[in-house]
Amino acid sequence: MLLIHCPYCEEDRSELEFRWAGEAHIARPENIAAITDEEFAEYFFLRNNEKGLTYERWRHIHGCGRFFNAARDTVSDRFLMTYKAGLPKQPIPTAEETAAIAEEKTVETWEATEGDAR
Amino acid sequence: MSASARDLGAFRIKDAGRHTPARTARFTFDGKTYTAMEGDTVASALLAHGVHLVGRSFKYHRPRGILSAGPEEPNALLDVSRDAGRRQPNVRATVQEVFDGVRIASQNRWPSLKHDVGAFNDLLSPFFAAGFYYKTFMWPKEAWHKLYEPFIRRAAGLGEAPKEEDPDHYTSRYAHCDVLIAGAGVAGLTAALSAAATGVSVFLVDEQPEVGGALHFDAGTTIDGQNGYEWAQAAVARLKAMPNVTVLTRTTVFGYYNHGFLGLVERVTDHLARPGRDLPRERLWQVRAKRVVLATGSIERHMVFANNDRPGIMLASAARTFLNHHGVAVGRQVGVYTAHDSAYEAAFDLKRAGVSIAAIVDCRSHPGDAVLAEARALGIDVLTGHSVINTSGRLRVSSMTVARNGGSNARKIAVDALIVSAGWTPSVHLFSQSRGKLRFDEQNQRFLPDIYAQDCVSVGACNGTDDLSDLIDEAIAAGGGTLALTGENSFEWTGGMIGAAEGAGPDTVVKAFVDFQHDVTAKDIRLAVREGMHSIEHIKRFTTNGMASDQGKLSNMHGLAIAAEMLGRPIPKVGLTTFRAPYTPVTYGTLVGHSRGDLFDPARKTPMHALEAAEGAEFEDVGNWKRAWYFPKRGEDMHAAVNRECRTVRDVAGVFDASTLGKIEVVGPDAAQFLNLLYTNAWDTLKPGKCRYGIMTREDGFVYDDGVVGRLAEDRFHVTTTTGGAPRVLHHMEDYLQTEFPHLKVWLTSTTEQWAVIAVQGPKAREIIQPFVEGIDISNEAFPHMSVAECTVMGVPSRLFRMSFTGELGFEVNVPADYGPAVWKAIWERAESMGACLYGTETMHVLRAEKGYIIVGQDTDGTVTPDDAALGWAVSKKKTDYVGIRGLKRPDLVRDGRKQLVGLLTKSPDVVLEEGGQIVADPNQPKPMTMLGHVTSAYWSENCGRSIALALVAGGRSLVGKTLYVPLKDQTIEVEVTDMVFFDKEGGRIHG
Amino acid sequence: MRKYSIFAIAREAMRAHKGWEAQWNSPEPRSSYDVIIIGAGGHGLGAAYYLAKEHGITNVAVIEKGWLGGGNTGRNTTIIRSNYLYEESMDIYEHSLKLWEGLSQELNYNVMYSPRGVMMLSHNVHDQQSFKRHINAHRLYGIDNEWLTPEQAKAYCPPLDISKTARYPINGATLQRRGGTARHDAVAWGYARAASDRGVHVIQNSEVTGIRRGPNGEVQGVETTRGFIGAKKIGVSAAGHSSVVMEMAGVRVPLHSTPLQALVSEPLKPIFPCVVMSNTVHAYISQSDKGELVIGAGTDQYNSYSQTGGLQIITHTLDAICELFPIFRRVKMMRQWGGITDNTPDRSPIQGVTPVPGLFVNCGWGTGGFKATPGSANLFAHLIARGEPHRLASGLTLDRFRTGRLIDEAAAAAVAH
Repeated sequence: MLLIHCPYCEEDRSELEFRWAGEAHIARPENIAAITDEEFAEYFFLRNNEKGLTYERWRHIHGCGRFFNAARDTVSDRFLMTYKAGLPKQPIPTAEETAAIAEEKTVETWEATEGDAR
Repeated sequence: MSASARDLGAFRIKDAGRHTPARTARFTFDGKTYTAMEGDTVASALLAHGVHLVGRSFKYHRPRGILSAGPEEPNALLDVSRDAGRRQPNVRATVQEVFDGVRIASQNRWPSLKHDVGAFNDLLSPFFAAGFYYKTFMWPKEAWHKLYEPFIRRAAGLGEAPKEEDPDHYTSRYAHCDVLIAGAGVAGLTAALSAAATGVSVFLVDEQPEVGGALHFDAGTTIDGQNGYEWAQAAVARLKAMPNVTVLTRTTVFGYYNHGFLGLVERVTDHLARPGRDLPRERLWQVRAKRVVLATGSIERHMVFANNDRPGIMLASAARTFLNHHGVAVGRQVGVYTAHDSAYEAAFDLKRAGVSIAAIVDCRSHPGDAVLAEARALGIDVLTGHSVINTSGRLRVSSMTVARNGGSNARKIAVDALIVSAGWTPSVHLFSQSRGKLRFDEQNQRFLPDIYAQDCVSVGACNGTDDLSDLIDEAIAAGGGTLALTGENSFEWTGGMIGAAEGAGPDTVVKAFVDFQHDVTAKDIRLAVREGMHSIEHIKRFTTNGMASDQGKLSNMHGLAIAAEMLGRPIPKVGLTTFRAPYTPVTYGTLVGHSRGDLFDPARKTPMHALEAAEGAEFEDVGNWKRAWYFPKRGEDMHAAVNRECRTVRDVAGVFDASTLGKIEVVGPDAAQFLNLLYTNAWDTLKPGKCRYGIMTREDGFVYDDGVVGRLAEDRFHVTTTTGGAPRVLHHMEDYLQTEFPHLKVWLTSTTEQWAVIAVQGPKAREIIQPFVEGIDISNEAFPHMSVAECTVMGVPSRLFRMSFTGELGFEVNVPADYGPAVWKAIWERAESMGACLYGTETMHVLRAEKGYIIVGQDTDGTVTPDDAALGWAVSKKKTDYVGIRGLKRPDLVRDGRKQLVGLLTKSPDVVLEEGGQIVADPNQPKPMTMLGHVTSAYWSENCGRSIALALVAGGRSLVGKTLYVPLKDQTIEVEVTDMVFFDKEGGRIHG
Repeated sequence: MRKYSIFAIAREAMRAHKGWEAQWNSPEPRSSYDVIIIGAGGHGLGAAYYLAKEHGITNVAVIEKGWLGGGNTGRNTTIIRSNYLYEESMDIYEHSLKLWEGLSQELNYNVMYSPRGVMMLSHNVHDQQSFKRHINAHRLYGIDNEWLTPEQAKAYCPPLDISKTARYPINGATLQRRGGTARHDAVAWGYARAASDRGVHVIQNSEVTGIRRGPNGEVQGVETTRGFIGAKKIGVSAAGHSSVVMEMAGVRVPLHSTPLQALVSEPLKPIFPCVVMSNTVHAYISQSDKGELVIGAGTDQYNSYSQTGGLQIITHTLDAICELFPIFRRVKMMRQWGGITDNTPDRSPIQGVTPVPGLFVNCGWGTGGFKATPGSANLFAHLIARGEPHRLASGLTLDRFRTGRLIDEAAAAAVAH
């Protein structure tokens, strides 16, 4: 079960709270009524299905309800980053940057906060 | 209960072992009663009584004994029961603890363990080489399924599946921790002490009842100057006292999944004679650990030689566990066959306990000097450079045949047990499950952790670390703290051999078992290679090596080495099979936990459910809702009840619970614009106070959902969806709102469960609700068909819709869910007094079909466009954009001959079509027939006095008036294609 | 090729089975072939076999990055049936089922096709309508499938709980008696052996890293980890990796690769006689000849090539299995694993020509490719040999995503299989 960082809640939460929503950064054509059959098939059906780094959408459906974007390696299933919907495709942070981010943030869980307080 | 020393078994060694003699337990094995000591496993208890024969193998039905003292056991799989409902097949005797009253039975034998007819297979074994079944049983064609397969199926399988529903219950827990440590031997305990001292949260998990790992058998290790096992117990006591540490024993880490997620199973009651009723049998732990320390130790390998499977032949470490932990000697005259020093330690312990050691046969020429010296001192014969090339003894080993390596003068040595060791295999299962990559340690012929895929670290024997002080340092570092701890041992994990030993070499035809449970021998592996199986995965699958319930814990390395030797390729080139979860088998019930019965998929019930049940409603499942289906009166069957309901609604009125319809509140200055984009209809033209039927398509242009949408104000819509569609429609709307149209100021809220919806339909509908409605005029003029208003009903703030899914004058009263029952009661009381009825979904279906109203999902199936469903009028021609506008124009969606929804009338009015019946133009054509479409809805219409149906038919609208056929299983029904409205074609009643 | 028979076994038994020859060859690749098939699963090996046998094209290589049969062929739950809804689907799956019936004899390899019956449970009115639609279509199309009452279903499969108090009571079932199971590895091995015998090269441990194209865009061969190998025609049959391979030729295909998990229990004496599937509760189960209960779980929700999935998928499946068969709660899961399935938007396969001359594709079998193995392979061989689809596969083209003529089995196959 994946552990997913919601960029709106700023929390790592279990996959059970999320719904995968397909490849990211596929914009609905502005002039959709005017595009050709080929362009429509490309927009609606064709996906990169990347082996390796993929940009995809998730929705924190049992949390804040927001859609957001993620960069994930489909071979290791490791998340490289998540970011808010509407932002352009983000560059992948280097290993050092990732480590620095991980250093800053601790997983806030019930057991880590309320659990201790109790 | 007390028992004399004699009752506890002739092989108990006085003062040996760690059990308390005062506490005993009685159990039966194949009907015979034995006495055990509390703390015994079934294996140690049986061995104490000299019982070695406990099972029969899978294929050849060879007599088998106890091979190990742990979860790697391939042979001693028994049927264990507390009572009839609590019977468990395939339980490892080496893991199951004895409790008073437990009943044990052997498996896979008939009529008895000693006299098993299946052993005939052993004589036929020359025919039953690996994969023989792929080469035969093919003639005649039908014989495989009818003759051979049933025979093979009966012969295969081990235990008998439970026959009764399990009366036990199971629970589950989720947990988070900073460090999870798998294994509580020296390495795990040390890592835990180190980590715990830093204050982080620690889970320490071990599969055995007590911590200590290898210290169970390894009596020679001292830590901090203390006996190792005693140090371990003291250490765990300290850990248990710390608030940041959770110690779980009898708990197996069975799976290491993505992102630090681990599955653990805790066995709570299987060792208790009288478990409390409130205790679960097992508990599933799902733990998210920031970091994992793997301290899973290693597993001793057996020696691969001829007839190495007789009862009485076992791993040296197992014999040592039975002696040092359980106080049981595995024989009186014990032979030793080894390629590793550690078996010497077992021989020494046995000898010191008074057991005679027939000889230590060591296939190596140069064992360690220390062990040789000690053997001499103890007066034990050591034959170096010798091998055991055969054994004898039908139901128990009685001798070993020993020969000098390469020599010919073999001699027999009498033994009643033979303990073996080929060395130790690091337990890298969990590491491998975490998707770490292994490397092959060429020098010591073993796979060790190399590249980690998750935040975890391996320590101790599973990491190939031999020296105890190195191991302690490694474990302290893994724990992240500091600790002063010293230890000494003479034990080494490295060394030994893998593959077939002398006497099971390339040219022999003997049965030298690699995988005991599946009866895979060295020659089977060689045969697989000869037949072109060059990948270890092919070899595994062809021979089934490593596929038994122990999942190759003992056999994988041997199999690999034999294959590599045969192929003349280095071991890493042949590959290693994937280690898969679970580490040891896990009970389904544990994985299911509470998710059973009512909690499997909790039923959704409307606020009026209980009232409807009290009125005698039958319910049907719609998605996960329970909906009132029909309301039979005394003596009525479904047909009679539905006919009465249908008639009453049209003659008087009916009351219907429509609460399950999905409801979404769409609010904001751009709400109309948003709906314009999401539905095919135009919404900006809808005035507040009015409602309209809407069709939703996806981009592909197929009907996705439908429902009535009411506009309450300029910026507020009350949207209804189908019963099953609500969650996906909201998700679909949110997706567009958040990601495609984020500039629109709109808010979406699911209100499905906020409103109880009471539909009142029929000529007297207005009269029924009139007295309850306050604040608005609901006359036909003031509140015509397709109106909506906010008002109060019985003083409760409500939303009243004038709408109809029956074709009658109708209202839908929406009241806050909590008030639903009260309002329902009042309305129903009045309705009943006026001769109205309650009606359910079946009547609703019939009445709407009489009017040709469709049900999305029944009359459509995801390939139907609005036009196909005769709803083209609901698709705006003026809008320049909506979801589906482009998809609808694709070539196949606008071609002639698409399936269109039409009405069907059977030529015989009394015949009701079968829903799902297929429609043809010519019923006499040969198969495969050309099918034009299918019947989507079919009912007896009491109001029409005949049957009616809706159907999707290719080019249907152009076929109106034509005759088609519906061939069913036992009759062909002639039908006429019609329009879709069967009742009140003029549609006047709805405005009444 | 030495014929397999009981007599051959008897003969070999007398000499310690030393005389068996390798089942397939493992040659060094030639510099070029008439046809290269990428992917040595059942579909690819089978296509090579039928190319040689039915079309006389024997200068064929099947190139595999791992070991033959190691993808979804060796990872599925071995269910065979042809009771699909749409004519395009019935055509290909029924063609396949007919080939299954004689496959052991055809290949002289016992693939253990076991027509023990595939039962699909109906739990509500909607299921019943859908199943009746299937059954009526099947009868008129000449495919066996019948409706059972709950009591008849229980008689056929005694462990079934048909009590009215179940959360989702059973109101009937369909039964396709010719449906059943087969031994998955044997299918790959049998085809490999038979193809090899007809001169086909099976080249394992060689990964295709590129597809070389000529001046007119036509295929010229494949770059592999063992160097370039020329080919006049290339057939891609790479299951979960199809889109990766097709991308090498610049062709995009509408696929999602998602993990699909399965599990087996410890071996038990025979208790479960047939295959049972339930779409409503999302589960399917059978018992292997070795005695293991073979259970299919669902797909994970996200794209992945990891061949692993979440524990929650397994537990959810077991929830459903234990609801249908409460006596199995004490049974133990022995092994779980995952494969990568290639799913199309309409859950129907793609088999056809591509915009690249000489390049043919067979993919998108999703969670149900095993049952199609002989039929798909047979028709794929026809496609490659003739350059145009066989009548029975003519609806499976890539073009349907442009025209909108989808074969939407998605609703009918809400559960993986």
